[in-house]
Amino acid sequence: MNEVITEKAQKEDWEPKIIAFLCNWCSYAGADLAGVSRIQYPSNIRIVRVPCSGRLNPFFIIRSLVDGWDGVLVSGCHPGDCHYISGNLVARRRFAILNDLLEFFGIEPGRVNFMWASAAEGERFAVLVRKTTEIVKKLGPNEKFKKQW
Amino acid sequence: MVDIKNENQKIEEKMRNVARDLLKEKKVDLIIGYSEGTLPLASAPVFIRDEQEVNKLVWNNSCYVNLAKYLIPNIRENINGEFVDLKVGIISKGCVARSIIHLLVEHQINKENIIIIGINCNGILDRRRIEKDIGAHEITETEVSGDYLIVKGNKFEKKFKFEDYMNELCKHCKIRAPPISDSLKDNIVGECQEVDSLEDPFEDIIDFEKKSADEKWAFMNEVLKDCTRCYACREACPLCYCNLCFVDQNLPTWFGKTSEISDILIFHMVRGLHLAGRCVECGACSSVCPMGIDLSLINRKINQIVKDRFDFVSGLSLEKLSPMMTYKMNDKQEFMLEEN
Repeated sequence: MNEVITEKAQKEDWEPKIIAFLCNWCSYAGADLAGVSRIQYPSNIRIVRVPCSGRLNPFFIIRSLVDGWDGVLVSGCHPGDCHYISGNLVARRRFAILNDLLEFFGIEPGRVNFMWASAAEGERFAVLVRKTTEIVKKLGPNEKFKKQW
Repeated sequence: MVDIKNENQKIEEKMRNVARDLLKEKKVDLIIGYSEGTLPLASAPVFIRDEQEVNKLVWNNSCYVNLAKYLIPNIRENINGEFVDLKVGIISKGCVARSIIHLLVEHQINKENIIIIGINCNGILDRRRIEKDIGAHEITETEVSGDYLIVKGNKFEKKFKFEDYMNELCKHCKIRAPPISDSLKDNIVGECQEVDSLEDPFEDIIDFEKKSADEKWAFMNEVLKDCTRCYACREACPLCYCNLCFVDQNLPTWFGKTSEISDILIFHMVRGLHLAGRCVECGACSSVCPMGIDLSLINRKINQIVKDRFDFVSGLSLEKLSPMMTYKMNDKQEFMLEEN
């Protein structure tokens, strides 16, 4: 009996878990600014700080889905603002291919999201995190790609 | 009617003559080519140093191996305690030559040491499909007559129309002989063709993409669930030349070794990503797959993405950089999240 209730309750107020890869120089500072400015954004994201969005191997993103994360968010500096000059431009090409390939394999568009946010854009960061959470919530739990055993 | 047997003989004769001349004039130390395989519907690579052995070279429609694989790492010989790079002549159909050109773009081989012996490929048979159609019988002999392939075994004989049983990739192939350009003039002997650009409508991919996300997912699961991850596809691919592949690393272990579908899919996705802007669609990976999985769908999708986004076709010119080696300030970024 108890199990049934908890299962139902779980389904109704299911909250997605989203892993967010933020670049150290822009987006991480942006998230920090959002926090310092007391801008509210959903607590669904768990942040992983990376040196640059170019550090991200597309494999990390696929592996996150296999490990059972409901959504992935990747954020870096705006094109042209990269601390390492071209890290985000190289990353953008990789993400473009990954994005198309995931869709080709039948992963719903919106599971994996990419964005740019600078250190001064706390507001924009909060808005986009809210948007991502909404998208992933609509898609539901990641049952497809999650490793079952 | 096309006489395949006749065509094959002509190709074989030309190939042997060129190889013999090259060895006689000492322009090359070694010729890499195809020889008769130990099994029917298969061929084996052969390394020839002596002009008397040139008759070992054959051309039949089972030469599915991409010989460019043997160029990496550089072919060397120990002469008086010193390693010297050998000059290599390599029998090349269109796709082998394209692999070589792409390896040159990625600085993996030395242009001075390679001589491409071009042949005009007339298509490779899809041996997995033939084996599937024959079922649980052993094939002992194959023979070509006219445009038919006759497969013989114990108490059975079956005819296959060559055109229908050609590899899907070969059916639409437009680059059958090595693509030549000014910078490669001195490296190509034999057949060659001039190719400026390659137009591919990617009809099969567009057709596939009409399916819904769930249908695509189900299809991919169905196709790839047989994969045992023997990595034969990686071994056969001339562009998979990493010293240590990500699947072999175990500190950290990048991904699980189980036969669960997500472990299989993750391998094929990342393999596809690694071939972005590099795959030349030779079909070697599908031909060597012991489970008969057709990987060309994934490879072609990757090529379509690269063509659409970065306007690049691999293995055509020495001057153009591979898209993953470079970037542009104004690359398309329509997939990025925006506030409105």
